[in-house]
Amino acid sequence: MSQLVTRPNEAPVVRRESNEFIAPAVNIHQDADGYSLEVEMPGVPKGSVEVTFEDGKLTLVGRRKREEPDEHRVYRESSDADYRRVFDLDPTIDSSRIEASIEQGVLTVRLPKAEAAKPRRIAVA
Amino acid sequence: MRLISYKPQLSPWSSFDRLSSLRDLLDSAFELAGTFSPTVDRGWAPALDIYEDDDKVTVKVEAAGMKKEDFDVSLHDDNLTVSGERRSEKKEGEGESFRSERFFGRFSRTITLPAAVKADEVKATYEDGVLTVILPKAEEAKPRKIEVSVN
Repeated sequence: MSQLVTRPNEAPVVRRESNEFIAPAVNIHQDADGYSLEVEMPGVPKGSVEVTFEDGKLTLVGRRKREEPDEHRVYRESSDADYRRVFDLDPTIDSSRIEASIEQGVLTVRLPKAEAAKPRRIAVA
Repeated sequence: MRLISYKPQLSPWSSFDRLSSLRDLLDSAFELAGTFSPTVDRGWAPALDIYEDDDKVTVKVEAAGMKKEDFDVSLHDDNLTVSGERRSEKKEGEGESFRSERFFGRFSRTITLPAAVKADEVKATYEDGVLTVILPKAEEAKPRKIEVSVN
């Protein structure tokens, strides 16, 4: 089985580099053509997401809209922190074809496998 | 003001799920001692913020990935209930799930508003995964400035 992480039997690595970031919840789904990530980033508008791929690592950053209402805060559960999560990618992923979009606070990232890495059915003669 | 305690989501790491019954037991012990009365009975609980100024009360609920028609916002006396259902768009039987940290299904949060509001002027909008409910205050709940007269 192909691993999204380079270390077998270990979860994708979550790094919290400072208190300015929180790790968003993620669902990862694999099919024959690649992986799909759904990352929860409520409060992040379109255009405030950074998806970068470097040294085999996929970094997802979502920045919240800094819009403190001019009102007295009575009660709070949400966080000020931006979202950040880093994944070690399966080397078979074709990084030139990574696609990402955000809709109502859910960032969807599609990680297609390189053509050569796709399973191939060999006909038995 | 009476507020509802926030039960954070269950641990996002599914391997901890087997600990959840222990966690619930511990939580229930603390609830007995707590000053808040919880209304999150089951499912997940999106984070909720309350703001207030002279004219209105604003409630924000962080619930990413919903459809606006799947929210239900209701007002009963001075209690505001925001509930809804988040549905998974993934179809079953296609590929395999690698990691499941997101919560799906129903949620319900109820708060007691800090002031009386005009029920027929409440507005709710859903943007960037955050539901914002704006509740204009009733006239009697607004602060009034009293002129000091000199005889």
